[in-house]
Amino acid sequence: MTIVGMTGDEAVAYAVKQSKVDVVAAYPITPQTIMVERFSKYVADGEVQTEYVCVESEHSAMSACVGSSFTGARVFTATSSQGLALMHEMLYIASGLRCPIVMGVANRALSAPINIHGDQSDMMASRDSGWVQIYAENAQEAYDWIIQAFKIAEDKDVQLPVSVNIDGFIISHCMEGVDVLPDDVVNKFLQTRKPLFTLDPDKPVTVGALCFTDYYFEFKRQQVEAMRYVRGVLNSVCREYKGVSGRKYGVLETFGMADAEAAIICLGSTAGTARDVARRLREQGKRVGVVKLWLYRPFPTEEVSAALEHVKAVAVFDRAVSFGAPFGALCSDVVSALHGLDVSPKIFNVVYGLGGRDIQPSDIEFVFNEALETARTGIVKEETMFLGVRE
Amino acid sequence: MTAEEKKPGWKSLPMGAVVLEPGSSLKYKTGDWRAFRPLVENEKCVNCLFCWIYCPDAAIVRKEKWVEINYDYCKGCGICAKECPKEAIKMVEEQK
Amino acid sequence: MVTLKELSTEELFASGHRLCAGCGEGIINRMMLKALRGPTVIVAATGCNEVASTIYPYTSWRLPWVHVAFENAAAVASGIEAAYKAMARRGAWNKHVDVIAMAGDGGTYDIGIQALSGALERGHDFLYICVDNEAYMNTGIQRSGATPHGADTTTSPAGNVIPGKPEWKKDLIGICAAHGVEYVATASPAYWNDFITKVRKGIEVNGPAVIDVLSPCPLGWRHDSSLSIQLVRLAVETRYFPVYEVEKGKYKLNINISKPKPVEEFLKAQGRFAHLFKPTYRKDVIDEIQQNVDNNWNRIQKLSTQN
Repeated sequence: MTIVGMTGDEAVAYAVKQSKVDVVAAYPITPQTIMVERFSKYVADGEVQTEYVCVESEHSAMSACVGSSFTGARVFTATSSQGLALMHEMLYIASGLRCPIVMGVANRALSAPINIHGDQSDMMASRDSGWVQIYAENAQEAYDWIIQAFKIAEDKDVQLPVSVNIDGFIISHCMEGVDVLPDDVVNKFLQTRKPLFTLDPDKPVTVGALCFTDYYFEFKRQQVEAMRYVRGVLNSVCREYKGVSGRKYGVLETFGMADAEAAIICLGSTAGTARDVARRLREQGKRVGVVKLWLYRPFPTEEVSAALEHVKAVAVFDRAVSFGAPFGALCSDVVSALHGLDVSPKIFNVVYGLGGRDIQPSDIEFVFNEALETARTGIVKEETMFLGVRE
Repeated sequence: MTAEEKKPGWKSLPMGAVVLEPGSSLKYKTGDWRAFRPLVENEKCVNCLFCWIYCPDAAIVRKEKWVEINYDYCKGCGICAKECPKEAIKMVEEQK
Repeated sequence: MVTLKELSTEELFASGHRLCAGCGEGIINRMMLKALRGPTVIVAATGCNEVASTIYPYTSWRLPWVHVAFENAAAVASGIEAAYKAMARRGAWNKHVDVIAMAGDGGTYDIGIQALSGALERGHDFLYICVDNEAYMNTGIQRSGATPHGADTTTSPAGNVIPGKPEWKKDLIGICAAHGVEYVATASPAYWNDFITKVRKGIEVNGPAVIDVLSPCPLGWRHDSSLSIQLVRLAVETRYFPVYEVEKGKYKLNINISKPKPVEEFLKAQGRFAHLFKPTYRKDVIDEIQQNVDNNWNRIQKLSTQN
């Protein structure tokens, strides 16, 4: 066991270093900056053999990554917020061209107004882009997930890009003790990338052809199928990772759900706070639980349904707003996942933490109590609660 | 079976719309685009190869002493006739 | 310099593509591919060239060819060049592959200028060829930063008040030369020897090189398809399109036109300038254009003799 004091950004950079990435093409943006800065130092010190391309924008970052990826290289990039929004066009292209790129995203609020702090609106804006999307709770998970992400992405049945998301500043800039694996363990776990094809002049291929109305649909259907393989591949990779690290991951993690009447489901760092509050409330005899989703896309419908079906009330936490929609992104997905149940729990949406607005244990306790009230009465007082905003 | 159903389905197509066969466009004969066709007068041709280098469709074939037209792909643009220094190529209307 | 007979008969750009009859891009592709020195990868931006040559499941390309998006040919090329380097370093790759990025004037002068500038500044080893037909032709002849003053396009139409594009063509060569790259040049496919030699030179440069090659467009310039080469010859003969190179910062005029034809001859031959002649003979605009051509020529000539 080697515990190193690292922030979330540093943990990501360290995992990328160990993953023997061939090319990193990235552009700095707060709060992702430390990822690229730390990695630049590894390059300058000769600690990695990576080609580091200091591109002139995020759009070019993803463009260069796509180019590198089908040349056959293992590729990484990182961004946040406006940068992710700028590369939006390229996200669809990366997944459409089936490039197993791994991207670290330090989730940050989208302008306007401009805000550099943590919320999940940036990745939520790209949730349909065909990327596999994983959310980490803390720096340890960020480190572990980056390593596993390469293996999931490069699986021959998947061949999809993967984003590993960490809450901006909350995880990206907070120091934790991270248990890192030895280099040789990571090397053995990951091995060199075996691309399905490369840009080999002896075997010329044409990539990025124009597909008219007679072919486009088929290639999109292929992507849908690849997404369906992800859950199985992810579970298999996590099992293997547990073998080398002792840490078990999967599509989601639950706390206190066995006998819960009221539950919170959320993504990212808030799960840690919620778990802490739940532990304290359970000591008081309140039957509450927490579901922390790791895998957001593809949405693990079966597992979410199984985790929540016996509960009477669910508060779904969204750290982003989906303007004009009946519910936030995560809440919409949860409602969809549960719609087939004969008896569904009562569901309400909690929009919180926008622009990095702090969420306190007392806030979460308030929500748990509301949920317990709903569990008791069957009445949802507020379909969407805006937690922490000044009226 | 509709026209759509005759083409390969998503299960058999290579991943990501990659075309694995280089030069497969040769299967698409653009010769039927022509309204005018070039005719080479072999006696006048000095094999300078200007027509060959200026043809957008690689439809000029280099032979031992002169050039020939590959009518499978020639679109009848007329550049060869215009550029020939010996006026050895004439454009004539395509017969129906 | 080469002779035509010395050039390979191998056609790495196969027939059966769907470029218009008489399209300059088909000619340019074929000429460019005769200049290769070894294994090569082409990176293309969205445009006529890309769209017409790779309609799934057909492809005209007989070498590795990649298209990603409109504005990022240079960025994708950067990624490919970096990947080959990295893979060679770990022993997974043992042959040198030349990278050529191709984009239209739209994907170079305008939406692609950022990616090009970034790639030039970073010094990647690649050749960038701008296939310059002076407008966004693939989307229906809209004006670009490369469209000349006075040209009629769908977004700079010749109307009752405004006679075509008010702005002047951007100096791409100057912009690229300002990046300090080793080799930047213009070319016209009418001068095949000069163009092919320049492509090879650009490939051989260890670092970035840029060639802006004038590409005739029968549809967009509105001329008979048979006149494609004649027009890009006339463009040079009128000094409208000077053929020159900037090697390590030194300008050199490659094709000296000592007795230039009046630019009016070039304008008259194309429908995109027809409004300058009928219904009214716009001497004011034509004189303006001639003045600009002269000034530009003198500028380049002066820079060439300064060495």
